[in-house]
Amino acid sequence: MTPCIRRAAALLLLLFFALLANALRVQVIEADALDSNPANRRPAISRYAQPRGDILAGGKPVTGSKDTGEQLRFERTYADGPLYAPVTGYASQTYGASLLEEAEDALLSGADPALARLPFLGGGARPPGGNVVTGIRPSMQRAAFEGLDGRRGAVAALEPATGRVLALVSSPSYDPGMLSGTGKRVRDAWAELTADNAAPMLNRAIRQTYPPGSSFKIVTAAAALEAGVVADAEAPTRTPEPYTLPGTATTLPNEAAGCRNASLAYAVQWSCNTVMAELGVRVGLEGMLDAVAAFGFNDGSLRIPSLVTRSNFDADMTEDQLALSAIGQFDTKATPLQMAMVAAAVANGGEVMRPHLVDRVTQADGDLVPRAAQHARPSVHRTAMSPSTAQVMRRLMVAVVEEGTGHNAAIEGATVGGKTGTAQHGVGNAGTPYAWFIAWAQADDAARPAVAVAVVVEDASAYREGISGDRIAAPIARKVMEAALKG
Amino acid sequence: MTTATVERRGRRGVELSLLVCAVLICVSGYVTVGLARNHQVPPDVAGYGAGLGVLALLAHLAVRLRARWADPLLLPIAVLLNGLGLVLIYRLDLSTPGERAAPAQLVWSTLGVTLFIVVVVLLRDHRVLQRYAYLSVAAALALLTVPIFFPAVNGAKIWIRIGGLSFQPGEFAKILLAVFFAAYLAANRQALAYAGRRIWRLQLPAGRVLGPLVAIWLLSVGVLILERDLGTSLLFFGVFVIMLYVATGRTGWVAAGLLLAGAGAFAVGTLEPHVHNRVQDWLDPFASIAAGRGPGQLAQSLFSFAAGGVLGTGLGLGHSTLIGFAAKSDFILATAGEELGFTGLTAIFLLYALMTARGYGAGLALRDPFGRLLAVGCSSILALQVFVIAGGVMGLIPLTGMAMPFLAQGGSSVVTNWIIVALLIRVSDSARAPDPEAAETGEDLTVSALPTAVEESR
Repeated sequence: MTPCIRRAAALLLLLFFALLANALRVQVIEADALDSNPANRRPAISRYAQPRGDILAGGKPVTGSKDTGEQLRFERTYADGPLYAPVTGYASQTYGASLLEEAEDALLSGADPALARLPFLGGGARPPGGNVVTGIRPSMQRAAFEGLDGRRGAVAALEPATGRVLALVSSPSYDPGMLSGTGKRVRDAWAELTADNAAPMLNRAIRQTYPPGSSFKIVTAAAALEAGVVADAEAPTRTPEPYTLPGTATTLPNEAAGCRNASLAYAVQWSCNTVMAELGVRVGLEGMLDAVAAFGFNDGSLRIPSLVTRSNFDADMTEDQLALSAIGQFDTKATPLQMAMVAAAVANGGEVMRPHLVDRVTQADGDLVPRAAQHARPSVHRTAMSPSTAQVMRRLMVAVVEEGTGHNAAIEGATVGGKTGTAQHGVGNAGTPYAWFIAWAQADDAARPAVAVAVVVEDASAYREGISGDRIAAPIARKVMEAALKG
Repeated sequence: MTTATVERRGRRGVELSLLVCAVLICVSGYVTVGLARNHQVPPDVAGYGAGLGVLALLAHLAVRLRARWADPLLLPIAVLLNGLGLVLIYRLDLSTPGERAAPAQLVWSTLGVTLFIVVVVLLRDHRVLQRYAYLSVAAALALLTVPIFFPAVNGAKIWIRIGGLSFQPGEFAKILLAVFFAAYLAANRQALAYAGRRIWRLQLPAGRVLGPLVAIWLLSVGVLILERDLGTSLLFFGVFVIMLYVATGRTGWVAAGLLLAGAGAFAVGTLEPHVHNRVQDWLDPFASIAAGRGPGQLAQSLFSFAAGGVLGTGLGLGHSTLIGFAAKSDFILATAGEELGFTGLTAIFLLYALMTARGYGAGLALRDPFGRLLAVGCSSILALQVFVIAGGVMGLIPLTGMAMPFLAQGGSSVVTNWIIVALLIRVSDSARAPDPEAAETGEDLTVSALPTAVEESR
């Protein structure tokens, strides 16, 4: 009997070994795969086990966290949701995160290794989420938001000398707090928001491109000056009116009078289509492509740190298409942020500073978090034109506001340069035109412009073509710039 | 092998100090859970420690009085596992407010230790049980049949519910069947081993003794089909095959047993939907995720073990409650795996393995066939339970409902396992006792001192 007992014992020992080997397989060898299985709730649970770090604007948090006591414990709250939604985005336990909440997620959730003060002693504990300090100025943000007043459109404002984003507004907006948690209420809100024709979750300031229309003439004018096509902005350009698009029988009309053979200065001031289209053709496709790239067009990699949609200027066009593109039509499309960069380039002596939303990131207690690539460090993003060209363009843009199509943007006690735009779009230009205004402002006692801004309003149909930029968009730009100059 | 001529010591002092360690480990676990979950030492820690300590002390006194030669490891291991089980259940209670299971488990543990003491005190000699072999099997059959008349709970008809109390009679049937097997095989082993025809190299037993064995096989399949309890069926059959092999030394039995078990399991796994689903789950634990229904219990259990990794999250810091239903009973090991890690799990498996080894050791040292078979049977019940449920919740074999001995929530199981430990204490006491009781077995002392040679010469 004894050998049999021994063999039976050996069999049971074998079973215990099988259990241990299997435990080794599950807990060590396959552990990573199981941990990262999308159905595993543990990452979500530990992620929401502590309050999320805050996003600050004007030194004050515009976000918060509330303890729900549920499995996913802390939920995002927003102090002024719709106002800051284009900046913060949402942080949802059901739908993930967007915009700044997404781009800075590692820092806000505490997963960023830079937050661990003693990286090798921290163990498994997650440090508290860090804070993201933006350069958004609440007064400007509010001025832009109230200026749009629920109409479809967007405002982007920059500090020309640093590239700091001062205001980023998209309208209509939504309250991202509705999406924070889980459950039916959140799913319903999501369904409603995504089905809404007005697309409230679309960040029109950085994620939507519009034909820039006449506001693009600043780019074409700078290109003409840089390329030497125009040597003297005050000299006649020897352009005909009416202008027949090269290689076609189509004539290009003008809204303004006196455009025949007008100077570049006159053409910008009164927005002559014929002059700018012909100058674009004279600069040529290669020259125009170089010029738009120098302003930041045709670049899909810009992050502020939210990704900015690529603004487009076609690379393969016939001359008639180039002529239309040069006045911001055809396939030329720009985000409001891109057009703010155009205004900022003129205001900053020709240099486009890299636009950025985040000034600095801090620990939960406010200590600065060191970063390899600090978003706040001002750096030159593109050189759009030489300082002398920028000087000329400044003069031209000031004339637009002081004597030309953009007088609604004028601010007492400050120098304001601007450019209106009314963009046709849709098949046969049947869509309601977009009203544009891009501008910069410099207080009389200041050394350089404090703000550059771009405003687009989508439904400008009630106004006569050509002046809607001034009537609709310019007053919003003025309010935003006034707020900037006050601060 | 041990010999009766060497001077022996009872080693009760070792047992007592190990018990103190076991109680201290459990109390520190209890404190850790409280600190991790509520950031404070649980207010009733003194009561918990004292309760467990008193139970351990009473059990120890019973052993000291009535089984002074017993193996000193068995009782501390049982106390440690039971205390650890209480800690784990208490920990899960904190995550599932409204479903407090620890107090009831403490009551059942107390009852289990009480029965342990009763058995150790009243059962002076395990050979007495041999007389009640047929009463045992009758009682076991009755216990197994009764739940068929009660409604199924979670797909398995293994429960009896009377008022607020529920218990699984099949648990108690394990002991009774082990006693019956031991007695029957001890009496008939010669006939089973040497009579009957020979087919190729397999020696078959005579039909006369084959009858009861086929009946047992039918019983286990019957339990499986009528009560949809694959685990218990597997356990009965496994224990039976092991005891049969130990009694007869015939590998033919093992082959035949495995063949029958395989055929039975295949048939049931294919035909019976409840069991079939379990097999499908085992083959692909993540099928429900791919189908968009979220992770099933087994997938959640595997996530839990994986989350533990090598060192575990620490008591109270895991999320094994995601398993949901049966997290405190069948899936209790997942909590141990997640919060104590591979390290803790290895320790737990080693405790079970040690207990099994000690039981087998007693079986080897004993001289009477009934005692040997009883020791082997009881130890095997313990080991096979661990294998069936641990293998099930970790994806090694198809999952079948079964309680992790001492750890899992479940009164019947705790009480049964305490009785099994009591029986092991009793047989190990006989095995290690230096007194010349061997004379009662009718064997000569000098012969029994060399049993290996005797066995192998046969």
